[in-house]
Amino acid sequence: MTSAKVEFPELAPKNGILPVPEMNEGISAALTCHPCKVKDMRAIALPTERVPDWQNKAVEKLRELLTKYRSLQVYLDICAQCGACADKCQFYLGTSDPNNMPVARANLLRKVYRYYFKPFERFTGGEAEAFNDQVLQEWYTYFYQCSECRRCAVFCPYGIDTAEITMAAREIMAAIGVATKYVTEVVAKVYERGNNLGIPGPAWIDNCQFLEEELKAETGRDIRMPVDEEGADVLLVMPSADNFANTDTMMAYGKLFYHLGISWTTSTYANEGGNFGLFLNYRNMKKVNKRILDAARQLKVKRVIWGECGHAWRAAIHTDTLSGPMDFLDPPHPVHICQFTADLIKRGAFKIDKSANDDVLVTYHDPCNAARAGSLLEEPREMIRATCNKFIEMPRDTIREKTFCCGAGGGLLTDEIMPIRMAGGRPRAEACRSTGATYLATPCAICKAQLPEVMKHWKVDTRVGGVHDLLSKAMIL
Amino acid sequence: MAWNLLAGLLIGFAYLSFIILVAGLAFRLYLYAKTPAPLKIVSTPGPKTTGGVLTRLAGDALIFPNLFQADKALWAGAWVFHVCLALVFFRHARYFLYPVPEWISDWASPGILMGFVLPIPALYLFWRRLALPRNLFISGLPDYISLMLIILIAATGMLVSYYARVYLVDVKAFTLGLLSLKPVAPPAHPIFLAHFFLVCLLMIYFPFSKLVHAGGIFFSPTRNQRDNVLQKRYVNPWDKEVGID
Repeated sequence: MTSAKVEFPELAPKNGILPVPEMNEGISAALTCHPCKVKDMRAIALPTERVPDWQNKAVEKLRELLTKYRSLQVYLDICAQCGACADKCQFYLGTSDPNNMPVARANLLRKVYRYYFKPFERFTGGEAEAFNDQVLQEWYTYFYQCSECRRCAVFCPYGIDTAEITMAAREIMAAIGVATKYVTEVVAKVYERGNNLGIPGPAWIDNCQFLEEELKAETGRDIRMPVDEEGADVLLVMPSADNFANTDTMMAYGKLFYHLGISWTTSTYANEGGNFGLFLNYRNMKKVNKRILDAARQLKVKRVIWGECGHAWRAAIHTDTLSGPMDFLDPPHPVHICQFTADLIKRGAFKIDKSANDDVLVTYHDPCNAARAGSLLEEPREMIRATCNKFIEMPRDTIREKTFCCGAGGGLLTDEIMPIRMAGGRPRAEACRSTGATYLATPCAICKAQLPEVMKHWKVDTRVGGVHDLLSKAMIL
Repeated sequence: MAWNLLAGLLIGFAYLSFIILVAGLAFRLYLYAKTPAPLKIVSTPGPKTTGGVLTRLAGDALIFPNLFQADKALWAGAWVFHVCLALVFFRHARYFLYPVPEWISDWASPGILMGFVLPIPALYLFWRRLALPRNLFISGLPDYISLMLIILIAATGMLVSYYARVYLVDVKAFTLGLLSLKPVAPPAHPIFLAHFFLVCLLMIYFPFSKLVHAGGIFFSPTRNQRDNVLQKRYVNPWDKEVGID
């Protein structure tokens, strides 16, 4: 079911932009994520298997969501099916499956909505379908081939955000016991271990000590990687992958705070900025988010700073709504590390030798969540300009609010759908290739995990790393 | 006798369609207004102020900037189509007002011109649904119905204005009769009757179809919210109790 061999069309890009492929209906239908495990579903308080009478339960859930989400109600109604979004999704461009056109993806839910809630529309020839096994299968496939990146919303004349539709569909499926292994497992790990990767507290501390030794060897200084330190000024919630895979970024945080003389800490209760609840349902998003504020209270910090993670920031900007008020912390809050650092650079807090980064030509990938769902457009660029002599932007229609998703956001960073990930990552890879950049900077752990694979697959010779990594190299301690 | 019956039915149908349009659209928009928006999901880069939001919404309603970015040909077709519709709609005020204010008479000529232009973008929009594979894939009967209704209404409208002209005084007696709730029989002109009947059908179809984008666009959360979630605490109307699991 999941190891299907699929040949997606490979059109030649022009100036870094992929041409729009002809449709191949159903070409990616067999590429589905592994289904959830009983233990994970139990851990996150969802039905452990598909519930009896699931059709009615799903329709009831849809009814409930329609009364709770203006976005869902309005977007299901007002789409004019104009097709402006059809060629804007990286998953359509990469796979050529028309169900990956945002409008068609939304129609998978819209047809069920029409069947149960718009009898007149059904009567006048509206495309409507009862919620049946086949529809559920389509939902499970294509709502997990959407990274909820919101690119379509930028081009829709009404701002219809397909991510809202995908989120609703996933929430409905979760309510009847249908979800993917990857997303549910990650959320369950957060409840058990405090982070997405399931790194146990002692291992986290070990890794931090190891990084301290690395920093000592590199700089000769005693730069600390504090864990669970009560009374520190700052609680840093980075993606847990920084502790383990993107260690250059984590060491950069360490150097940054060392240089500034700010006491900081991570928390083994909430050593994760990312929030996979966002990709599953509201309740879990809220619960994951709350852990961060709980840790902040427990450690009596003055500030919480979110590290280089895209969807962490997307969830973080809602912290006041989900778990706030945050008024026990110093304003402004929440703060993204790029905002924090860019501000200090402007105020002259660092001595920087830009030539330290002269060995690379840098380009910047806007993580979809940071840019489109978190308005983080300028600060990372300010950081790069301040730390590098050689910076080049990718083509205009592929950056800032029009950025392409790396192809693995929204809970898709899982190996069984590798062909989808590679296809979805191709628009980004080609845009990057066109710049000739040798270093692709991006403040997102999902992008940092996905893009090296994408670059390798599409034979683009570019290293992927963090934005703070560049500062780390260029700052003079 | 049969004519009187038909006229009576048409008048009844006209009132019914009007009530359905107004009540249906009002209900739909009321539904959008009262449905809560749990989180701020502003489309980047978002406006920070209420004035900024109003400017953005006005832009969305008047010049379709997102569509312009997305697809220039579609934008041109859709924009000309909507401008024509607006002017033609506006021109019809002269059939419902007595005496006709001068400024409305002044606008009559562009209105009539747009009536001739209207079928061009409408047919273009219809054509692209059939001719472009991706658009064919997403198009369903509702998409064709809405466009076809508008094309037929425009065609019959132009016919009664220019080629098989209906006597204006009769039309006005009829429309003013409808407005004053003292209806009189419509002109016994088959094309006019068809025009009028199709408009009634469109009015009935309107609130149940995608045509509610006409008012719904102002309720789109990505467009009508302020990007100030970091500056000002936003409370989810159905989840005010925070700090619990």
